[in-house]
Amino acid sequence: MSNTNKSLILIVVVIMLAIYIVVPNSPGIPFGENPKEFVTRLGLDLVGGVQALLEADLPAGSNINSEAMRTATTIVENRVNGLGVNEAVVQQAGDRRIVVELPGETDPEAALAVLRQTGLLEFVDFSALNDQEIQTLLNSQTKIKTDFGLTEEDASIQPTPSATETITTSETITNPLASLSDTVFHTIMTGADLKTAAVTTNQANQYEISFELTDTGADIFAEHTAAHIGDVLAIVLDKEIISAPGINDAIPDGRGVISGSFDQESANALAVQLRYGSLPIPLVVVETRTVGPTLGQDSLQKSMLAGLVGFIIVVLFMIIYYRLSGLMAVLSILIYALIVFAIFRGVPVTLTLAGIAGFLLSTGSALDANILIFERIKEELRAGKNLKLSLDLAFKRARPAIIDSNIATLITCGILFWFGSTFGATIVKGFSITLAIGVVVSLFTALVVTRTMMTLTLSNFKSTDYAKWFGI
Amino acid sequence: MINILGKRYIFFAVSAILIIPGLILLAIQASRGTLPLAIDFTGGSLLEVKFESDVQPQPSEIVSLYTELGVEGVTAQTTGEGTYVIRSSPLEDEVRAGLVDALSERFDSEVTVLRFETVGPTIGRQVTLNALMAVGVAALLVIIYMTYAFRRVPNALRYGICAILAMVHDVAVVLSLVAIGGIFWGWQIDALFLTALLTVIGFSVQDKIVVFDRVRENTNIYRRLEFEKLVNHSIVQTLGRSINTQLMTVEFILLALALFGGVTLREFATILLVGLFMGTYSSIFIAAPTLVMWENKEWRNWFGRNQTPA
Repeated sequence: MSNTNKSLILIVVVIMLAIYIVVPNSPGIPFGENPKEFVTRLGLDLVGGVQALLEADLPAGSNINSEAMRTATTIVENRVNGLGVNEAVVQQAGDRRIVVELPGETDPEAALAVLRQTGLLEFVDFSALNDQEIQTLLNSQTKIKTDFGLTEEDASIQPTPSATETITTSETITNPLASLSDTVFHTIMTGADLKTAAVTTNQANQYEISFELTDTGADIFAEHTAAHIGDVLAIVLDKEIISAPGINDAIPDGRGVISGSFDQESANALAVQLRYGSLPIPLVVVETRTVGPTLGQDSLQKSMLAGLVGFIIVVLFMIIYYRLSGLMAVLSILIYALIVFAIFRGVPVTLTLAGIAGFLLSTGSALDANILIFERIKEELRAGKNLKLSLDLAFKRARPAIIDSNIATLITCGILFWFGSTFGATIVKGFSITLAIGVVVSLFTALVVTRTMMTLTLSNFKSTDYAKWFGI
Repeated sequence: MINILGKRYIFFAVSAILIIPGLILLAIQASRGTLPLAIDFTGGSLLEVKFESDVQPQPSEIVSLYTELGVEGVTAQTTGEGTYVIRSSPLEDEVRAGLVDALSERFDSEVTVLRFETVGPTIGRQVTLNALMAVGVAALLVIIYMTYAFRRVPNALRYGICAILAMVHDVAVVLSLVAIGGIFWGWQIDALFLTALLTVIGFSVQDKIVVFDRVRENTNIYRRLEFEKLVNHSIVQTLGRSINTQLMTVEFILLALALFGGVTLREFATILLVGLFMGTYSSIFIAAPTLVMWENKEWRNWFGRNQTPA
């Protein structure tokens, strides 16, 4: 099989994949462990929303424990998830910052309040629930209600454990989750009573978390565990259940272990969450950005229209100036746009205004590659070479310029990406990602797609009126 | 054949005329502390609001409201029908939370928040420093890469350095543009500007490599040819591509964005429009001539003898 045919097959496969990803309501990848859906993600400068940058509130230059920072990020993420914002992003940026993006969030103050609060670790009595209900709660990841801090306000809202039981059992059949999330559970003690927590291994070499309580905590715990052997005591962080161990024995002295099917990672995660019920590192909000939805949408519509107008002019120019080659280039650019958009949806890459600008510029780069090749074809034809030879020489001679110049752009993209992710400058980061993706795809479309199309079309090309067909 | 290189000192003069006034302007602004630096770099707060009813408060009234709340360094300006941009020192959490309500109450109008940004002062300083460092590192890596890519021609290092010199030229033009834009249209040097500048840098270098690639190729073909003629020939050969890529394609898209695109992108598109044009311009009129100048060691003729170079 010739190289051209191999390329053709590759191109067809890539295009079909891209179309599969791009079509609206694409089924995604419905199998495997993590089914994947394809969505177009718009950044908050386009749909409006809130962005915040949190920074470790420690003196500059002081060493920040990366483990603790990761934990802090997880905790912030949990809190943000509680806001119910779709496509919220929480990312660590550099070694002391966390970027939080909440596209579509309209109440910035509410969002910031949630970010600032200190996490609350509670030990909650689940003795009223059966195994199945606990499992439902654990899987649903919904927030539960507890009576911590409630008692003084109005104790009468709080259903008695027996009442809870009747409600849950009677409604289990219809909607178990709804009633469970309405139930107010009893908080036995909070993270304030926990002294230490660490990962250990038992005789069977299984991972466990051993913990130690303060004196007050030990007393409460001793009383509760003695009365509730066999029941479940849930560990709840910011009202979200992170673990639900059962009580095997009474724990009189404030020292105990949580055992279960932990691996090292999950044991460590739980221990860290226990230790740092509140944030392991104090965080301050150093930067907030709120974009109203109107500004973003207005910009998006106008810019899309402007981009389209620009593109149509470019298409006309290419076809009028380069004739047959120009037509191929336009096809090649459309394929380029299709692949890039598919990658944006597949990865997914969040599209911001800067990201769209990066995409438009890499489109320029893709056009440049084509133009370099066509100018070479014209040169070789003018020099009197035949069509096939001109085509081969043009691709061969234009390649070093195309590759070297694009690598230089990729180097710059790399630096931009580093800069953007370290400082939480999402504008810069988004720009570099889309530009880099565009540059790589443009190399493929110029050197493979355009070439294959040209070779296929020109292998049966009889006319020698090159002036007419190639615009010499 | 067009002799571009013969007029190289004229082009150098043109560039100097373009750059120097802008740079002087920047220097004056810098010494007075009035550089149009956005809060991304200085730290501070920016609030852009629209008053929904017909009230159009004077900017000074808004400033005095801020001052009553204990905020310093406040400037307010109208940007359109009932819209205002208010800049100030970074707002405290409590002030920020109540600010929009306070505006709404004082001027008796529903207030829509278009943008509300607060950047702490320390983070701003770090961003500035690291942005400069990022540019420096990128330039260095590009020189290294080009020296590698051009290793088969004599004096490979020169190609990288000339490309970077021309790139610095493009950056200087863009900075001059911003200094002027800052005065006339209230432009700000912000994160988006930084993105534009870095794009200009990337594309400037990309363009130089295309032109230098032709020099590289021709070096092996015309071994006897004088270097100056060789470079001139290379420029002329790539002229068609330079004009078509830049003027006909990239610039069209950017022009459309600058003219009809969203407000948030307009400044960005204008800077790219000028910057990318300069990227192409400087490949032909700065980078290649510098290469020739270096080859001829022309600086030996600059002083002492009254010879006209070239």
